[in-house]
Amino acid sequence: MLRFDAALALLRQSGQAEPSAARGSVAYLQALIDQLVDLSSRDVLTGLANRRSFELALAREVDRVARSAEPALLLMIDIDHFKRINDSHGHAAGDLVISAVAKALSDSVRPMDLAARIGGEEFALLLPNCPTAFGPQVASRVRQRVARQAVTLPSEGRRLSVTVSVGGAFAPQWVRSTPGIWLQRADQQLYRAKAEGRDRCCLEQPAAGSVSRQEREMLLGGPVIQDLR
Amino acid sequence: MSESVHPGRAMARVIAVTSGKGGVGKTFVSANLAAALARAGQRVLVLDADLGLANLDVVLNLCARVTLHDVFGGRAELADALQPAPCGFTVLLAGSGLLEYSRMTPVLHDRLVEVVDAVRPDFDIVLLDTGAGISDVVLFTLSLADELLVVVTPEPTSLTDAYAAIKLLATTQAARPVRLLVNQAQQRGQGLVVRAQLQQVLDRFVNPPLDQPLQLALLGEVPYDAAVRESIQQRLLLLETFPGSPAAVGIAAAAGKLLPP
Repeated sequence: MLRFDAALALLRQSGQAEPSAARGSVAYLQALIDQLVDLSSRDVLTGLANRRSFELALAREVDRVARSAEPALLLMIDIDHFKRINDSHGHAAGDLVISAVAKALSDSVRPMDLAARIGGEEFALLLPNCPTAFGPQVASRVRQRVARQAVTLPSEGRRLSVTVSVGGAFAPQWVRSTPGIWLQRADQQLYRAKAEGRDRCCLEQPAAGSVSRQEREMLLGGPVIQDLR
Repeated sequence: MSESVHPGRAMARVIAVTSGKGGVGKTFVSANLAAALARAGQRVLVLDADLGLANLDVVLNLCARVTLHDVFGGRAELADALQPAPCGFTVLLAGSGLLEYSRMTPVLHDRLVEVVDAVRPDFDIVLLDTGAGISDVVLFTLSLADELLVVVTPEPTSLTDAYAAIKLLATTQAARPVRLLVNQAQQRGQGLVVRAQLQQVLDRFVNPPLDQPLQLALLGEVPYDAAVRESIQQRLLLLETFPGSPAAVGIAAAAGKLLPP
């Protein structure tokens, strides 16, 4: 005896209709599973992909890029001074801002891209097949799109604009890598954007293998090495 | 990765040998390290992963009947390309001048992954002797390894190139044990100094934002030794020709530290 009540209640609550196939049929079960999978991969507030499905997509993309070397861009996006919005306008206003940013993000990318909400005010965009030269353009388009979109607060009757900081890194090409490393590199750029004053985009520079003058001087400055020169 | 309950059936540790700069003795180290490990009872394979300019065959004075090239091209089975080397280890030769494999392609990616996965069950240690530099092919080969061995000489150019390679690995690839072998050391203890010098710069410029800071371990130092040149000229392993030479003793000590506890 199969029990559907809990699943159906969940789906109804999320606005989905009961599958139209005959109850208990394979088609019915498949439709039910599909609806539950969809539900468990979406963020409740914004309808974007949630952290779980984002991590799955990221792992898939890392494996794909490893053997195709197709450039893929990961953008991490954080709403600037979000705590201030919550504190001065209330959590309901905070939720409205999050939904508005989510909409701006999904409107600013291609259908093949993945927009996800991965934390409170933190979002990610995964852009497969994004040429390296387009990176800065894509990132700033996303940032500007959010800045242009004002949120109307019904309780106060006024409009509120928010900005975002954007950090990005391209997937390592041709190497076996992990989603964690990619995420960490994009996150570093997000921290940089925050530290440099927010409302801006920072992308990792491709020449990560270069050695700066300071590095070289410190490396070759030791006593033994100097003796040999 | 799961550990096998049967030690005899455990999967090989794949150790990539790299250097950044060319001409620091990478292939010499790989071959002699393999010989020392084989003497210690390990089943060792050296895979010549310098696909563009392979020269393991030259170092070992071997003539490859079947090469990695033939295996990649589907003209031969992998098992037929495995060939015994002096001192009881096995080699998989690339065949020199494979220009078509000097750049990464999806086909090369899949073939190399297949070959490395296929040899794992039959050996205890697989050494990937990579090419010089930090080309796509080298970086990809390094990403296939469980452990990394960086060969460096105490010269400014070698140190700088090794640092650049280590930095790139730390920031773009999964964290793994990275060991350092200081070749052509001019004085005793120079290995420690070179390691400390590299570590200091990594700690200052590379490690701060990393989740797992990179800690270099010193595998050993091989002193500058005229016997090395002599063995290379004769195209023989140093461990065979001058087993008591300071460089051979250094290699053997390094091999001892690579053995499982």
